[in-house]
Amino acid sequence: MKFLVFIEQRDGKIRKASLEALSLAARLAGGPVSAVIAGKAIGEAAKELGKFGAAKVYVADRDDLALYSNRGYGGALQAAREKESPDAVLIAATSMGKDLAPRFAAKNDAGVLADVMDLRVEGDRLVGVRPVYSGKARATVEAASGLRVATTRPNVFPAEKNDGAAEPAIEALDLGALEIRARVTGITASGGKELDVTEADVVVSGGRGIKGPEGWPIIRDLVDAMGSGAALGASRAVVDAGWIDHQYQVGQTGKVVSPTLYVACGISGAIQHLAGMGTSKVIVAINKDADAPIFKVATYGVVADLFPFVPELAKAVRAIKSE
Amino acid sequence: MNSIVCIAYVPDTETKIRVAADGKSIDESDVKWIVSPYDEYALEEAIKTKESKGAGAVTVLSLGPERAKTGIRECLARGADDGIWIDSKGDALDALGVARNIAAAVKDLPRDVVWFGQKGVGFDESLVGPMVAELLGVPHVANVVKFEAGDGKVVCEREIEGAHEHVEAPLPCVITAQKGLNEPRYASLKGIMAAKKKPIQERAAETFAPKTTLTRLELPPPPKPCHFIPGGDPKSSAEGAAADPAGAARELARLLREEAKVI
Ligand SMILES: Cc1cc2nc3c(=O)[nH]c(=O)nc-3n(C[C@H](O)[C@H](O)[C@H](O)COP(=O)(O)OP(=O)(O)OC[C@H]3O[C@@H](n4cnc5c(N)ncnc54)[C@H](O)[C@@H]3O)c2cc1C
Repeated sequence: MKFLVFIEQRDGKIRKASLEALSLAARLAGGPVSAVIAGKAIGEAAKELGKFGAAKVYVADRDDLALYSNRGYGGALQAAREKESPDAVLIAATSMGKDLAPRFAAKNDAGVLADVMDLRVEGDRLVGVRPVYSGKARATVEAASGLRVATTRPNVFPAEKNDGAAEPAIEALDLGALEIRARVTGITASGGKELDVTEADVVVSGGRGIKGPEGWPIIRDLVDAMGSGAALGASRAVVDAGWIDHQYQVGQTGKVVSPTLYVACGISGAIQHLAGMGTSKVIVAINKDADAPIFKVATYGVVADLFPFVPELAKAVRAIKSE
Repeated sequence: MNSIVCIAYVPDTETKIRVAADGKSIDESDVKWIVSPYDEYALEEAIKTKESKGAGAVTVLSLGPERAKTGIRECLARGADDGIWIDSKGDALDALGVARNIAAAVKDLPRDVVWFGQKGVGFDESLVGPMVAELLGVPHVANVVKFEAGDGKVVCEREIEGAHEHVEAPLPCVITAQKGLNEPRYASLKGIMAAKKKPIQERAAETFAPKTTLTRLELPPPPKPCHFIPGGDPKSSAEGAAADPAGAARELARLLREEAKVI
C-alpha cells in the first residue's frame, strides 16, 4: 500500500504527532514513504523528515501559508495527492488534522478512519481500531477501496528516528493563486508556553479534591517534578467551578489524552472523565475515598489525602530522577 | 440570519454499553437517548443569534431512525422554528453518507450558517460538519468557542492546542461548536407546548455505498486490578496500614521507575 503523510508544522516546528504518523506509515509500508508539508520558510524542517521515514517530501512554501487555512494546507495536500496517487493518506488527529481530513476525504470521495489507536494493512484493506462510547467499547473499522484516509491519535504510535537516513527528495508544489475564505487573522496563546495536555508524555490532573484554585500549586509542582514532557490537566468539575480554563479539561467534553503516565489527583473517575484518559498507558490515582471509581482503571492507587501526599510524591519523584 | 442546526441523537454518556448479537452495533434496549451535548451549544448559539438580530429562522435537522424526531422536538422546545427529519431507514451510513444526505437536504434552503457540534458524542469522529461544508462548497470553521455574526461574514475563535485561532469567514458557511461557546438553555413548559405545533418535514435518506465500514464492536478487556500502595493516609486507609505518606510516595516513585518504567 502506497502512503502519503500530511506533516503539520506551526512556526516552522514540526509536530511530534505528525512524526508518529510518518513513522507508522513507513512501518506499514515496510519502507520509506512520501510526505507533504505546507507553511512559510519550512525548507529545513522538510529535510528532517528523512529520519522519520520520508523518501520524498512535497513542499508548499509561501508567504500566504504562514498561518493555517484549510484552503492553503488542504490545497497542498490535494496537490501532493494528485502527483503521488497514494492508496492511503495519514494525518495526525490534532486540531489541524481534524480540520483537514474530513474536507479532503469528501473532496476525494473517501471515508476516514478517524482518530485510530491501532492501524494495520490486511491485503488491500486499511484496518483501524478506535475507542467509542467514552471508551466503553472499541470499534474495528476499515476502508477497502478507493483512497483510504486515517487520522492517528497523538502519543499512541512511536516516532522512530533513524539518524543515518538519507535526506529526502524535495519537490516544490505550485498551488497557483489561493483564494482563502476562512482566514486566520491571529492566534492568542491561552496557556502561555505550557505544553498542551494532548502532547504531553505525563499528565498530572487535579479534580474537585484540590478544594479550590489555591490547590493548584501543589499539583503544578508535581507536574514540574515530572519534567519537561509533563502537562497539567483538570476534571470538568473544576473547569465548571471556574478554577481553571477549559483548555485543561480532560474528558468527553474536554481533550482526549493518551500519555505514558496519567496521575489523577482528587478526581472521582466519572465515565466522562475516563473517556478522555482511559487509554493512558499507566494511570495513578490519588484519592481519599477507597471506593472512588478511578481506582477501577488505575494501575497504581494510593488512598490518601492529596494535600500531604502530593508534595511527598513530588519530592520522591525528584529524588529518584536525580539518582 | 438563517441557521440550520444539525443534531445527532445519541446514547446518554452514562448508558451501559452492551454489544448486540450482530457484533457490530449496540444493544438498544434500555438506552436513554439525548441530543449530543456539542449540538446543544450549536443550537443555543443559533437561537441567540436569531434573538439578537431579531430576524431569521432556526431549522433543526437530524438524520436517524424514528427516535431522531424526539431529538428534533426537544430542540423545537428550546426555541428552534421548524425541523427536518431524514429517515435513515435503518441503513448503516458512514460519515460521508450522512454528510451527503445532509448536504442534499440543505442545498436549496435559505441558509447563512449550517451548525454542527464539533463531534457527535459516542463515535466522536468530528467528520460530518467539514464534509458537508466541502460538499456544499462553502468555508467552515471548526471547534468554535466564540462566535459573532457580522455583515456578510462571521468572526470566530476556535480552540487549537494551547491557543485560540481567530478566524473570519464569509457567509454562507459551516460552523462546528465546542464547549465554552455558551451555556445552553433548558426548554420551558411553554416551549414544550409550542413545539408540538411546529412543523417537522420528513425525507428519506438516500443510500450510498459506504467508504468505511465498522466490522466489529467489542468491549475492551477489563482493566487489571489496581495495585494499592499502603500507608497513604491514616484515616481513610483501606488496607489499614500505618500512615506513612512519605514512604508510600517513595514506593510509588520506585514502582513508576522500576516496574512501569514511565519516569
Ligand atoms: C455530558 C457530560 C459531559 C462531561 N464531560 C466531562 C469531561 O469532559 N471531563 C470530566 O472530567 N468530566 C466530565 N463530566 C462530568 C463528570 O460526570 C464528573 O462530574 C466530573 O468528572 C467530576 O469531577 P471530579 O472528579 O473533579 O469531582 P468529584 O466527582 O466531586 O470528585 C472529587 C474526588 O476528589 C476526592 N477528594 C476530595 N478531597 C480529597 C482530598 N483531600 N484528597 C484526595 N482526594 C480527595 C473525592 O473522594 C472524590 O472522589 C461530564 C458530564 C456530562 C453529563
